[in-house]
Amino acid sequence: MSTQSNAMPESFEAQVIAPAVIPATRRMYWSVRRELWENRSIYVAPLAVAGVILFGFLISTIGLPHKMRAALALDPEKQHAAIAMPYDFAAALLMATAILVSVFYCLDALHGERRDRSILFWKSLPVSDLTTVLSKASIPLIILPLLTFVITVSTQLIMALLGSAVLAASGLSASALWTRLSFLQMSLLLLYHLLTSHALWPAPVYCWLLLVSGWARRAAFLWAALPLLAIAGVEKMVFHTSRFARLVGSHIIGDAPAAAFTGPDMLPTGPMTHITPGEFLSSPGLWIGLAIAAAFLAAAVRLRRYREPI
Amino acid sequence: MTVPARTIIEARGLRKAFGPTIALDGLDLQVEEGRILGLIGPNGAGKSTALNAILGLTPYQGELRVLGRDPWIERDQLMRDVSFISDVAVLPRWIKVSQVLDYVAGVHPRFDRAKAEGFLAKTTIRHGNKVRELSKGMVVQLHLALVMAIDAKLLVLDEPTLGLDILYRKQFYDCLLNDYFDRSRTIVVTTHQVEEIQDVLTDVMFINRGRIVFACSMEEVESRYLEVMVHPEQVAAARALKPIHERQVLGRSILLFDLMTLDKVDRQQLAAFGDVRTPSIVDLFVAVMGNQASQAQGGAR
Repeated sequence: MSTQSNAMPESFEAQVIAPAVIPATRRMYWSVRRELWENRSIYVAPLAVAGVILFGFLISTIGLPHKMRAALALDPEKQHAAIAMPYDFAAALLMATAILVSVFYCLDALHGERRDRSILFWKSLPVSDLTTVLSKASIPLIILPLLTFVITVSTQLIMALLGSAVLAASGLSASALWTRLSFLQMSLLLLYHLLTSHALWPAPVYCWLLLVSGWARRAAFLWAALPLLAIAGVEKMVFHTSRFARLVGSHIIGDAPAAAFTGPDMLPTGPMTHITPGEFLSSPGLWIGLAIAAAFLAAAVRLRRYREPI
Repeated sequence: MTVPARTIIEARGLRKAFGPTIALDGLDLQVEEGRILGLIGPNGAGKSTALNAILGLTPYQGELRVLGRDPWIERDQLMRDVSFISDVAVLPRWIKVSQVLDYVAGVHPRFDRAKAEGFLAKTTIRHGNKVRELSKGMVVQLHLALVMAIDAKLLVLDEPTLGLDILYRKQFYDCLLNDYFDRSRTIVVTTHQVEEIQDVLTDVMFINRGRIVFACSMEEVESRYLEVMVHPEQVAAARALKPIHERQVLGRSILLFDLMTLDKVDRQQLAAFGDVRTPSIVDLFVAVMGNQASQAQGGAR
């Protein structure tokens, strides 16, 4: 060994033993599982909320036969809204939970590993920064919407079964409940709503939060929120408009543009909802948002290469 | 004829600055297969920065090849053949032992899970334990079990035993030598507990102010450097032979000589001055660093 340098070994590649390969999908699979191990709130929080909803619903079944009779006396168009109310409420609560979990998850995703120095361990393994960042982005964009769907439908199913039992016990027909609810349609519309309004539409917001969590040394939430407030504030003062604030706001709460659906109900899951995926998929707002999301992710991947423990 | 050893790490003119602080100042370094290199230097000398560059954790200027790859560009591919324990306690505290085994087995093509389980079976670590429940020594045992089960070409250890008690430290290096090291692997280690790795190393380098200031194999250290505890009446005569360093222990002068600078006659004289022995790395380090410091001062004046 010496500090004098000989010729650089040009043909080293050939000498290295044939690379054993693990498919990229497998590395991705384990990276996502890793996220679920670390952040158990991803599934514990929605399950806990579902438990609370079911508990509340169980208590409310005391008045169910009375409510059912009142609902059936209404106009046919209003019957769904009246009967589906607790089901919509359950879905809304679980969606709000998913949004909260997503926001807190994203703000910590690329921050926590630097804070606890474990980034040095993750980087000692043959997993690229791209795989790592994509696995983290998949939590709010894929895993949580699908998980929310499964938990919501399961919760609603249990509610409907409980409701049926109570109605049958009080001599009312349970079939009225199921036909007015149109459960299958409600579930499919829920899935559509989750994928459009909770995954694709707010993607730039979640990717922005991920980027900030990879960049900020501390107070990631402040760094994520302050620039947005600053831009909105400057716009208001200079142009007296609030387009930016409205734009960001519409992406934050999963409030997809009217392009996705039209309908009279609290949630776009009633029988009167007309989904318009063509309009949604051809709206420039969606694609500009997705392009910005991709740019944020690319920046986060690049940033992670430079990142060291805080 | 012997086959020339492969070069595992090759760095030329490596530079890295953090603002006005220069961490690497044109560092040259070459490490060949089958060596155990100790990289030793004072705090802030650039040890960790050099290792981070080798591991693809930090960008740098200059030329650097590790196993023929550019670590900054190809970190993830490089990590199939390189393992590292960078500092202590980088295993995430929330993870379970069984989970970390699952994960590494899931993403690492050269990880032998059965081997890791075998190492863990010799410890008190259980699969259901979370890292946060383990003592510092046990966390290092776990990390070492993972790393030793990876069939890597290069293992980099940055202060792997910092904060461990002496039993764990001894066990760490024993394990590494007996159960892991063979001539097809290469190990680079930095530590402040130099005495403990003296017998483990095949090569030693001293780093100071971002440069390698001393590089030598252990055989060379033995054949080239000599320490003499000189009888008091012969100190003046011994000093005349220009030792590279002198220190006092219990009132006796200990002079360190570089035999390369002496001729044959002088060598024979040395034994007559007093007890002769091979210097420890620590003594050599102090001598080399001391000379560096005085040279730097002389230059500044």
